[in-house]
Amino acid sequence: MTHPPYLHPDYASTVLRAPSRPPLEMKQDPEAAELTGPVFGRGEVDPLDADLTAGHAGEPLGERIIVTGRVLDASGRPVPDTLVEIWQANSAGRYAHQRDQHPAPLDPNFTGAGRCLTDDEGRYRFVTIKPGAYPWRNHPNAWRPAHIHFSVFGTAFTQRLVTQMYFPGDPLFAFDPIFRSIPDPAARERLVATFDLGITEPEWALGYRWDVVLGRTPMEDA
Amino acid sequence: MTTPSQTVGPFFGYALPYAADWELVPEGHPGAVTITGLVLDGAGEPVPDALLELWTGEGGDRGALSRSGTGVSGFGRCGTAPDGSYRFRLAPPSRPYAALLVFARGLLKPVRTRVYLADVPDPLLGSLDPARRATLLARPEGQDVYRFDVRLQGERETVFLEF
Repeated sequence: MTHPPYLHPDYASTVLRAPSRPPLEMKQDPEAAELTGPVFGRGEVDPLDADLTAGHAGEPLGERIIVTGRVLDASGRPVPDTLVEIWQANSAGRYAHQRDQHPAPLDPNFTGAGRCLTDDEGRYRFVTIKPGAYPWRNHPNAWRPAHIHFSVFGTAFTQRLVTQMYFPGDPLFAFDPIFRSIPDPAARERLVATFDLGITEPEWALGYRWDVVLGRTPMEDA
Repeated sequence: MTTPSQTVGPFFGYALPYAADWELVPEGHPGAVTITGLVLDGAGEPVPDALLELWTGEGGDRGALSRSGTGVSGFGRCGTAPDGSYRFRLAPPSRPYAALLVFARGLLKPVRTRVYLADVPDPLLGSLDPARRATLLARPEGQDVYRFDVRLQGERETVFLEF
């Protein structure tokens, strides 16, 4: 079982939001709207949107990193020209969001949102800073491990994926009900990026590699 | 080896919404309809931090993200307001329905459903008893406006789908 269940009481917000009935399994229908998805054109995404350290008066504080990888379909084929969106807290663990009340400093040089389209080989690449861990009110002394939110489209609406990428060796994994909502420990590990010296750029930024594998579409051959 | 889903969380509001995201067609587009409603939790309370995505199954020349063209787009996105409401303006789809995804804090994976603009013969609608079917039917409400509430949990829970 790859995905978490809807109801995971350790994550308190699921209790009133998880559907109580299992989803209805759809019969095969080659005409279903969900077997296609929106196409985003090259002209719709500014290449500068992939650099979260740019676009402000100065450089953001924190550890500069490169996060790159490929978007693949369930058969391991690259998914080119698909939209990847990310958002994250700053290096102090604070989001540039009005409702984030964590008393950590905002960074005037960091907003923390980026977009890009995958290239012909399904590759995406962002330059950003490593986000900080932050507290939340789910339970006493609750902290989220550092993570980057990812939104990926794929070629069919059924493949739509929103998830979170984590960093290797985070001591908070053992205490995080969102990470632990994924029942299979091996599947959890697929959300953890790999440090990669080959991606790391000397004198400039650490490199992390993380591939995204989308679910099988209903009409796709095994 | 699929990548697991995680919640969209509460703090996507400065990142995922974009200009005219809910407007699949520009204002004044001939024949445009508006789908609007509330997202409600198991206590019947509005969900003020949900993100909805609508897909009609047909692309167009308006731009799914840039909205730079004058024509139509098949894709829209709308974050709920503090009262749990959302809205989409679109050209009536050629299918009797539009596909809908809902993301929110507390949803570890999205719920997906369909907004039917008419109660027509349809394999999915036909497989449901009247009370369940009613949760997929948008209700005409004034001229060119359809009301469609998403009830995440409980009595009158929306029928959610898995492909």
